[in-house]
Amino acid sequence: MNPNSLTIALSKGRIFEEALPLLKRAGIEPLENPNTSRKLILPTTEAGVNLVIIRAADVPTYVQYGAADVGVAGKDVLLEHGGEGLYEPLDLEIAQCRLMVAAPLQRGATRGRLRVATKYLNITRAYFARQGKQVEVIKLYGSMELAPLVGLADYIVDLVDTGNTLKANGLEPTEHIADISSRLVVNKASMKMKHARITQFVQHMAAAVQAKS
Amino acid sequence: MKNDRWLLPEGIEEVLPPQAQHLEALRRTLLDRYRCWGYELVIPPLIEYLDSLLIGTADDLDLQTFKLTDQLNGRMLGVRADMTPQVARIDAHLLKRAEPTRLCYIGSVLHTRPDGFAGSRSPMQVGAELYGHSGIHSDVEIIHLMIETLGCCGIENIYMDLGHVGVYRGLVAQAGLTPQQEAELFDALQRKAKPEINTMLRTWMLAPALAEMLLALVDLNGDEVIFTTAGKILKSAQASVHMALDEMRQIALALQARVPNLDLHFDLAELRGYHYHTGVVFAAYVPGQGQAVAQGGRYDGIGKVFGNARPATGFSADLRTLLTYATPAAVTHTGIWAPASDDAQLQAAIAGLRAQGERVIVVLPGQQGDAARMGCDRQLIQSGAQWRIESV
Repeated sequence: MNPNSLTIALSKGRIFEEALPLLKRAGIEPLENPNTSRKLILPTTEAGVNLVIIRAADVPTYVQYGAADVGVAGKDVLLEHGGEGLYEPLDLEIAQCRLMVAAPLQRGATRGRLRVATKYLNITRAYFARQGKQVEVIKLYGSMELAPLVGLADYIVDLVDTGNTLKANGLEPTEHIADISSRLVVNKASMKMKHARITQFVQHMAAAVQAKS
Repeated sequence: MKNDRWLLPEGIEEVLPPQAQHLEALRRTLLDRYRCWGYELVIPPLIEYLDSLLIGTADDLDLQTFKLTDQLNGRMLGVRADMTPQVARIDAHLLKRAEPTRLCYIGSVLHTRPDGFAGSRSPMQVGAELYGHSGIHSDVEIIHLMIETLGCCGIENIYMDLGHVGVYRGLVAQAGLTPQQEAELFDALQRKAKPEINTMLRTWMLAPALAEMLLALVDLNGDEVIFTTAGKILKSAQASVHMALDEMRQIALALQARVPNLDLHFDLAELRGYHYHTGVVFAAYVPGQGQAVAQGGRYDGIGKVFGNARPATGFSADLRTLLTYATPAAVTHTGIWAPASDDAQLQAAIAGLRAQGERVIVVLPGQQGDAARMGCDRQLIQSGAQWRIESV
């Protein structure tokens, strides 16, 4: 094991776009354009530092089991995953949005048990349980907004950024569950075994976040 | 027609040749080594009443334990998920010695849920516990024995992580946190979730000096330098915090004297088994494994429910995990191929060779495969009335 090597797990899309400038400030730039490259492991300008590009929901798993030393994961993904076995020392203040409950503008009184469509099963169950409500959680993988329109669910729990998609589909946010932003996550063993390298990286990233705001 | 009968339940493993031989060799080596250190072997039962199995432990062990009802009296039984409480019961209730007692154990445990990644539900737990002495000397001995255990498995390059629950406990007491707050902060601290901790401490409106000390725990990890930093930052902490720090430092010095070149790492926020441990906690990591391969700590007073509160410290590991990191001894296929015959001379020769520890395989009439296929490098050949060994 090279104590100076570093594998960083990132997901494509918004997190990747917004993490790149921070990484650049920390002196790390991918050598290839990830949008055109088909490679899943991208070498960077710093020797020994690689980026791995994976699905957002897989980032905690990769980092927890040491397939990557560090990663960038949304707080929504971490809340859903449970965050056990990971360190999350830094709020990168990127990909900011809110996790909310939303419902149709015109809604009748629901009879019986409330049905909630979401991809965040654990968060949703825990949120309604804290309010003393027993709900039926329906797992969907995307297009949550559709579920109330076609009568599949009464409510949805999803990330809300501008709220435009909700509005376009006749929905409105009703309850705020959590503020979401991306966190830097670190593998526990890497934190111990590559202590100097990881601490330095976290400090550089913290400085980059500071400089941006 | 069901054709998946051969499937084992998830997380339940069996060990095949040659790994089974390695595992057994490792088991013997470790138990012999523990004997040389004065640790006596105990063999606790696979199953016992739940209320004695779940003493002094957190809810997670309850969840991890398979349960069934005793048909003889209707009481609840548990299949052990951890052998430590059993060994504590043996020390406190059955042995009842006044002197320090050193015990070691090895055996299968069952978990209801796999821990971790592609985790096993049937680890083979091996460990050693030292009862009846409080103080750093017993902790040092146990940590040293844990390092030697890993050494026996050929696991080099370990990173030893040292923490102490007394630091956090002392600060929490000083800050007067409620149990609920203590648990929330503990959870965030285990994730080193600095932004969350910041928010919590602000909402609880703690005295700034105390909030600063609690927040500092997140970053107080690394090499010995942290003791100097901690000394400054935690200056106004109560005496028990400084005693805990002092204990850690003394243990580190003693370990470095016994195990040169040991990679020691300190972490004041690492509180594994917080509900259970009362002093120093430690874990060994190896490159390429996200979780500790062996861990332990001090857990004084555990025998109290059995009428004998004794200081205690110990470690345990999963032998199957150790085996995957062990450098296996090279398997040499040696053996002697013997013909099937009732000849008295031949039988005497075979018995003699086996008594010397040789592997002798007797041909079965009409069998497939020759000496080489059966892993033999020599054979018994008759010359006159005598039997000689010749290479194949």
